[in-house]
Amino acid sequence: MIPLLNMRLSTPKYLIDIGRAEGLSYIQENGESLVIGALTKHRDIEKSEMVKEKCPLLSEAIRWVGHEQIRNRGTVGGSIAHGDPSAELPCVLTALRGEIVIADVNGEEIVSPEEFFLTYMLTSLQPDQLVKEIRFPIIKPTSGSAFVEVARRHGDFGLVEVAAVVELNEAGSFSEVKLAIGGVNSVPTTLEDVERLLVGKEPTEEIYKEASDLTMEMVEPESDLHGTAEYRRELSGTMVIRALKQATIRAQGGRVI
Amino acid sequence: MTKYVGQSVKRKEDYRLVTGTGQFVGDIRMANMVEAVFVRSTHAHATIKGIDISEARALEGVHAILTGMDIDGIIKPLVQFESHCALPPNLEEAINPTIHYCYEDVLAKNKVMYVGQPIAVVVAENRYVAEDAADLIKVKYETLPVVVDPFKSLEKGAPLIQEHLKNNVQSDFHVTTGNAVQSLKDADHILKARIQTPRVSSNPLETRGVVSIYENRTDQLHVYSSTQLPFEIRTYIARLLDLVEQQIRVTAPDVGGGFGPKGGVHPEEIIIPYLSKLLKRPVKWIEDRLEHLTSARHSRDQTHDVEVAYNLDGTILGIKDHFIIDSGAVNYFGLTCAYNSAYHLRGAYKIPNYDVTCQIVLTNKTPNVPFRGAGRPEVVFVMDRIIDMVARRLKKDPVEVMRKNMIQAEDMPYDQGILVKDGAKLIYDSGDYPAALEQGLKMVDYEGFREQQKELKKQGKLVGVGISTYVEGTGAGPFESAYVTIDGSGQVVAYLGASPQGQGHETVFSQICADELMLSPNEITIRVGDTTNLAFGAGTYASRSAVNAGSAIQVASAKLREKVLAVAAAMLEVETADLQMENGKVLVKAEPEKCVTYKEIAEAARPGNRCKVPVGMEPGLQVTHYFVPPTVTFSSSVHIAMVEVDKETGFVELKGYSVVHDAGKVINPMIVDGQVQGGIAQGIGAALYEEVVYDEKGQLLTGSYMDYLLPTSMEIPSVEKSHQEFLSTRNPLGIKGVGEGGAISPPAAIANAVVDALDPLEVTINQLPISPSKLRNWIKEAETKKYKIEIS
Amino acid sequence: MDGVKINLKVNGQNISKEVDARLLLSDFIRENLLLTGTHLGCEHGVCGACTIHVNGDTVRSCLMLAVQADGCEVKTVESLIQESGELNHLQQAFSDNHALQCGFCTPGFLMTVSSFLEENSNPSEDEIRKCISGNLCRCTGYSNIIKAVKQAAQTVSN
Repeated sequence: MIPLLNMRLSTPKYLIDIGRAEGLSYIQENGESLVIGALTKHRDIEKSEMVKEKCPLLSEAIRWVGHEQIRNRGTVGGSIAHGDPSAELPCVLTALRGEIVIADVNGEEIVSPEEFFLTYMLTSLQPDQLVKEIRFPIIKPTSGSAFVEVARRHGDFGLVEVAAVVELNEAGSFSEVKLAIGGVNSVPTTLEDVERLLVGKEPTEEIYKEASDLTMEMVEPESDLHGTAEYRRELSGTMVIRALKQATIRAQGGRVI
Repeated sequence: MTKYVGQSVKRKEDYRLVTGTGQFVGDIRMANMVEAVFVRSTHAHATIKGIDISEARALEGVHAILTGMDIDGIIKPLVQFESHCALPPNLEEAINPTIHYCYEDVLAKNKVMYVGQPIAVVVAENRYVAEDAADLIKVKYETLPVVVDPFKSLEKGAPLIQEHLKNNVQSDFHVTTGNAVQSLKDADHILKARIQTPRVSSNPLETRGVVSIYENRTDQLHVYSSTQLPFEIRTYIARLLDLVEQQIRVTAPDVGGGFGPKGGVHPEEIIIPYLSKLLKRPVKWIEDRLEHLTSARHSRDQTHDVEVAYNLDGTILGIKDHFIIDSGAVNYFGLTCAYNSAYHLRGAYKIPNYDVTCQIVLTNKTPNVPFRGAGRPEVVFVMDRIIDMVARRLKKDPVEVMRKNMIQAEDMPYDQGILVKDGAKLIYDSGDYPAALEQGLKMVDYEGFREQQKELKKQGKLVGVGISTYVEGTGAGPFESAYVTIDGSGQVVAYLGASPQGQGHETVFSQICADELMLSPNEITIRVGDTTNLAFGAGTYASRSAVNAGSAIQVASAKLREKVLAVAAAMLEVETADLQMENGKVLVKAEPEKCVTYKEIAEAARPGNRCKVPVGMEPGLQVTHYFVPPTVTFSSSVHIAMVEVDKETGFVELKGYSVVHDAGKVINPMIVDGQVQGGIAQGIGAALYEEVVYDEKGQLLTGSYMDYLLPTSMEIPSVEKSHQEFLSTRNPLGIKGVGEGGAISPPAAIANAVVDALDPLEVTINQLPISPSKLRNWIKEAETKKYKIEIS
Repeated sequence: MDGVKINLKVNGQNISKEVDARLLLSDFIRENLLLTGTHLGCEHGVCGACTIHVNGDTVRSCLMLAVQADGCEVKTVESLIQESGELNHLQQAFSDNHALQCGFCTPGFLMTVSSFLEENSNPSEDEIRKCISGNLCRCTGYSNIIKAVKQAAQTVSN
C-alpha cells in the first residue's frame, strides 16, 4: 500500500491505520479450524508451533512470503484483503476451503474465498468493511500437504504456486484431494476437476500426467515480463505434479528431500 | 621494495560508512536549501504543444518553475562529450568513421524523444510540495510515430529522432584486418549466427543527485553531484551556462556506486546549478528510483550478425561481423562502446582475418551509455558462444577449440593487427592465456567433472560447465593527475583526479604514496572526487584509476621524495646520497641522530630568505604530475560457471563459479577480489535476470524493482578466485585495471554452461537474460527440431 | 495540512515532533532528525537500504509513515557505534572482511544482521544468506558480507 503512495499511484485523502486495533492478533484452535486474527503478523504464523502442527500447509507457504522484513510487519488480513492471485495465503485458503470473517458497523459476515476474491487485486470488501478473521481448516495428521512455488528470485511473487493436501486410503489410493493454484488466473483457483480425477486412483506417473494435462486446460494465465502465458500454463501442469508428489510422500509418512 | 603495495590494507573509508556518517549527496543539508523535482515526458516521441504551470505556480511553497522555453537561448543544449568522441587521425583513416552531431535540450523545448526526458523543473520548500506541484503541471503533447526497434529505425521512412539528421544512423565505422571474406571461402565450414545482448540498467544503490550552492560574494558555484566525472561536469556547466570554469567547483561526495552511467553529464547537472544561481539559494535534487529506471542512462543493447569461417580441426580462420547498437535518443559517447566492442571481440584468440562493421542507431529510448565492460561483455558473449557452437558442431569439447585458437605465451606481446581507440597499435603487452585456462580447469577439476556429469545426467540431473575468457584493455588515457603535498603540519595530503564510487581510493592510493615517502598509509590523506586544487583531472571509469591515478601518485610521490631529500640535504649540509627516509624523518645514514622531520623540512621549504629549497626549484613541498599512459594495458581472465538446469521449469541454478584473473601488480588484493566478486554479481544479473523492456509505444515496462530484477544474496555464489601476475609494461608499477573485469564474462560462461547441461539436446542460447520462460522455449524448439530429425 | 503530534524514542532519545500525516518514517529520520545514515534506495520496499528497528523488529522505514511510529522505540544505524567511538563487533567485522564498497547499502545490512544475530548465535552460511536476501547490494556480490556476519557471530559467542 505504501509503495503505491510513494509512487503517487494512489492519493487517498484519508488513511486509517488499523494496526493498533486491539484483539485482532491471535492464533487459536476453534473446532475444525485454526482461526487467525486479521492483524496477526506473518512472522507470528511462521513461528507458531500450533500452525506447524495443525496446518502445515500454511506453515510451509508463509516462508515464501517476501523477506523477513516484510513478514515482520505484514499481516494475514493484509495479504488476504490485497487480493493478489499470485500471493501465497489466498492460494492456501482457497485450497483448504477456508473462510473469511468480514466486519462492519452492522455486524459480521462469513464468506468463502470464491465469494471474496473477485479478480486481480479486487475483493468483495466494501469501503466500510474490514477483514476481521481468517479461518484455515485444520489438516488431519493422516493427510500430507505441500506448497510449491517457483519465483524468479527468492522472495519474489510466485510465477505459479500450488497448494495440495492429499489423503490416501488403506489401499494406497487417494481418498481425499484438495488442490488450488495461484498466479495463473485472476483469482486463486481450486482445481476441482483435478481433485475429482484423482480420488479413487493410485498415485502413479500416469495419473499425475493426467492431472497435469487437465490443469493446463483449466488455467488462463496472462503473459507478462516474467513469463509468457504459454510458459505459465505449462508450469502450472509441472507444479501440480510436484505438489501432488510431495504431498503424497508426506501422506505416506515419508519426508520430502 | 614495497611495504604496503601488495597488502590487503583495511579501508580508511569504512569507519564513516559503517557508522552511517558518510556523506552522500542526499545527506547534504544547507541553510535555506530548497528542493527540485522534474516533470518528465510520458511520451516516447511527441511535440510539446504547451505547458500549463499556472496551478502549480500558485501552490504554496513553490519557489520557481522552469520549462525549456524559459531557458531557451540561456542554456545551451547538451551535446556529445568531446573527450570521449574525439578520434586520433590515424584511427579515422583506418576505420572511416562517421559520427553525426546529436544533442538533447537540457529541458525539452519543442519535442520529446524518450519517456523520462526532462521537460520542466519545479523548485519548492521540500520534495513533497515539489511533487504536489509537479502533478499539477499540465503538458500538452501531440504524439509522433514511435520507433523502438533499431532495425525498424534503420528502414526508410522511419520516424526521425534527431531531426537535423537525414536518418537514424548516428555513427558507423568499419574495422578490417587480413581478409575475412576470403577466409569464409577457404574454410571447411561457415557458422552464421545472430547474438544479442539486451538493454540493461546499471542501478547503483544510490540514485543520481545534485546539490548546488551559489556564493554571491565571489560569484562561485559549488556543485555536489553523485558522479564519476567532476571535471567533465565542471567543463559542461561552464560551457552551457557561459561561465568561467575556474569559478565552478564540482565535488563528488561519497558516491553510492557508479559503474559507468554516472560517468557522464546529465541535464539535471546543468539546470540545478543554474537554478541555484537564479534563486541565490542552495538547490537540491535527489532522483528517486522510478525516475532512475526511466531517465538514468541505459546500456549495452547490441545485436551482432556473425559469419565464422572454421575448419574441421577447430581452427577459426576468420570472423565477419556486422553489429548495431541501439543508442536510444542520443549518443553521447561517440564510438566508446562500439569501438571497444570491435577491438575486443577476438579476445585471447588468434583470428587473423577479421572484418567488423558497426552502425549506431537512434530510437525513442533513453540514451545508451557505457556500463561496466563498456562494449566488452557484448562481444565476449559473441566470441565465447562462437567457440562453443563451433565445438559442438565438430563434436569437440569447447576446451579443445579454445586451446586450438588461443594466443600462446611465446606469442606475447601480441599484435592483433588493428588499432586501439587512442590510435596506438593493439598489442597485448603481457599475459599467458593458455596457462590461465589450465589453471581454471584445474580449479574446477574439469576432467573429474566431465566424468561425474555423465553419471549425473543418467540420474536426470542436468549439470553443465561453461567457460569464458577475455582480454581487456584497461587504464585508458587521456591522463590522470596527482598533486602531492606536505603541509605546514608535516602531513602528506594528495589530491587526485580520480573519483571513486566504492573502489577504496582513499586507501589504495595512500599505499602507493606510503611506499614512496616511507610513511604508513594512515599518515597520508588522499583527496579524490573534487575539482579543487587540480587544474585538470579525468575521473574514474574504464578500469583506469589504479593504472593512471596510481601511476600519477607514484611518480609525483617519487618526485616529492627527491625534493624532500634535497631540502633535508641542504638543512643537514650533506649530499642527498648520504640520507635515508624513515617514518616521517630524514636522517643521515652514517649519523642517524642527525635527522629532520617532515614538519621541519616543510618549514624549511617555506618561501622567504631562509628558504632551504635548492635554486631552480619552487618553494614549498608539492609536486603535480600528470600521468599519460602510452596506451591501454591488457588484463585477462578465465571464468568458469557450473550450473544445474531444471528442464521442466527452465530454471537455472548456479552451483559454482571460478575465476583466474591477471590484474598485473595488485595494490590491495582484498579490494581487487572485491571488484572481481562484485563485477561477477552484476554479470550474473545480466546473464539470468536483467533486461530493460520497452513496449512498441516506447513505454518502459520495467519501471520498478518488481520488474527489473537485481540479484540478491540467494542468486550470487561466493566465487573461487585464483590469480596470475603478469606485470603491465606500460606504467611504472606494472598495474592493470580490474574494476570492470568481473562483469565481462558471466553471461558467456553461464550461457555455455546451460547449453552444456542440456546437451545432447542442441539448445542455442544467443540471447540474454536466460530467463526460465525463454529457456523453456529454446528447449522446446530444440526438442521439436530433434523430433523432426528423428522421424525424418 | 495540520500536523500530527508524535512521541517516540529514537536511539534512546525521547523525541516529540509535529509531522505531516503523509511524511514517511524514512524521511522523518533523515530530514527531521538529521540521522542520514539510513538511506533511500528505492522507496518501494524492495532494496532494504532503509532498514531500521522498530520495537526490536527489522522494518523497511520507507514503507512506514512517521505517524505509525508514535509510541515506538526506533533504532537506526547510528545506534550501533560504541560509546567510546569504537566500532561494534559487527561494524568491525564488515570492515575486516571488506564487506562494503560504496557503503550506501551498508546501514541497511547492519540493521538487518544485528537483529538476526540477536536470535541466531551460530548461523550457518545458508542461514546468513537467507537473512540478508531482503537487502540488495550492487557492489560487493555479497560473499564478503556473509564472511563478516560469520565473524561477528563468532566474536559474540567467544
